[in-house]
Amino acid sequence: MATWESLIPVAGVTLRLAAVTTAVLLAAGTPLAWWLARRTGFAKDVIASVVALPLVLPPTVLGFYLLLLLGPWGPVGGALTALGMDSLAFTFSGIVVGSVVYSLPFVVQPLQVAFEAVGTRPLEAAATLRAGPLDRFFTVAAPLARPGFLTATVLGFAHTIGEFGVVLMVGGSIPGRTRVLSIAIFEHVEASEYGQAHVIAAGMLGFSLLVLIALHGLTRRLRGEAP
Amino acid sequence: MKARNLAVAAILALPGLLSQPGLANAAQVRVAVAANFMLPMTEKVLPAFQRQSGHAVVAIYGPTGGLYSQIVNGAPYDALLAADAERPRRLEESGLGVAGSRFTFALGEVVLWSATPGTVDAKGEVLKQGKFGHLALANPKIAPYGLAAQQTLEKLGLWERLKPKVVYGQDISQTYQLIASGNAELGFVALSQLKADRPGDAYWKPGADLHAPIEQQAILLTRAKDNAVAREFLAFLRSPQGKALIESSGYGAE
Repeated sequence: MATWESLIPVAGVTLRLAAVTTAVLLAAGTPLAWWLARRTGFAKDVIASVVALPLVLPPTVLGFYLLLLLGPWGPVGGALTALGMDSLAFTFSGIVVGSVVYSLPFVVQPLQVAFEAVGTRPLEAAATLRAGPLDRFFTVAAPLARPGFLTATVLGFAHTIGEFGVVLMVGGSIPGRTRVLSIAIFEHVEASEYGQAHVIAAGMLGFSLLVLIALHGLTRRLRGEAP
Repeated sequence: MKARNLAVAAILALPGLLSQPGLANAAQVRVAVAANFMLPMTEKVLPAFQRQSGHAVVAIYGPTGGLYSQIVNGAPYDALLAADAERPRRLEESGLGVAGSRFTFALGEVVLWSATPGTVDAKGEVLKQGKFGHLALANPKIAPYGLAAQQTLEKLGLWERLKPKVVYGQDISQTYQLIASGNAELGFVALSQLKADRPGDAYWKPGADLHAPIEQQAILLTRAKDNAVAREFLAFLRSPQGKALIESSGYGAE
């Protein structure tokens, strides 16, 4: 029987995974979204499509390919082994890699839309005042794109909390290390322990709803509309 | 104007799409089947039954726990071929399954296997040496093959020592992928999987004294108690011909 105590490490891994994944995605997704927002043509179409792939592919497909990539006969796993490093499979870093891929569009797309909305005119104005490219980004574009950063952060975090298939495949469901809440729900349902499944599922439902309501309220405020 | 016409056409077409004549066929027999039995079903049992009886049976595959939940919630299945004995027993007790129709159709064989040749020896000594990073098991809480693997390790006195190296697949096919991709050096899979996918590979089969038998049971569901084809299909599974097909797929028979 699962108890409340047994849920704590699972919830801990889940929250830590969502926090680390969101941080990595904001750091890597911002330049990517910036590039996508200011580019047109075939290269942009290809990269934008690759970014959107996790939206359409079943997570188990992503998980299966990640497993092949990370395995000792895959390019990533093979390179790591050659360098004398440990494999990423069944580690916390491994499920972070999986979640980053899986939640990529949820961070990059809101950022891209926000950067596109900023347009080129404020940046050109800043350029005439001799602001350098980095300066223009941090003092003009980023503040104007604040609602986009907020949406990206919340969606990236919330979507990673709900992650199931990729973590399941790459993580190995090790208690305290790679076992997350959505896997715990799956196990309880499979074991016909509907009581425990309800507790976690209802908790996640409530959490997700609250997060999305808060996001809508905050976004409205950032846009300067009446509360 | 065009868009409106399209919308009207779509609405008119809806009832036809929803009713799907192929699925509404009342004579069709639907059997819910545990995922580990998928290959024997599609490749051997279903074609043989159709040849012999002239009836086509539709199989729906999934994890036993999931299929059980669906049946409890009114899924239109006529029989269940489970990966365990527990779920069919519960269906019989709750009246959702026909009393007395429950029987063991296959005995699961769990084996230790590695995708790297030379890793697993004929006596399973590799487990005692413990010179590997990860040992993959199906989740013992929900997968009968995982439970048998855990019982084996406990009986050998190795469970506590190896537990830190154990990684879990949620079902037997996911466990197979963990090992086949090399991420886990070795692990416990079903002999039926190995026979279907890599028949030449070496494996170690724990003795029958090391774990409880993996009894895979079938049961006729109450909604199909007067369904002659469903009954005929279950009888076919118990016939010498059915048993031979099941045994040749890597299962033991009663």
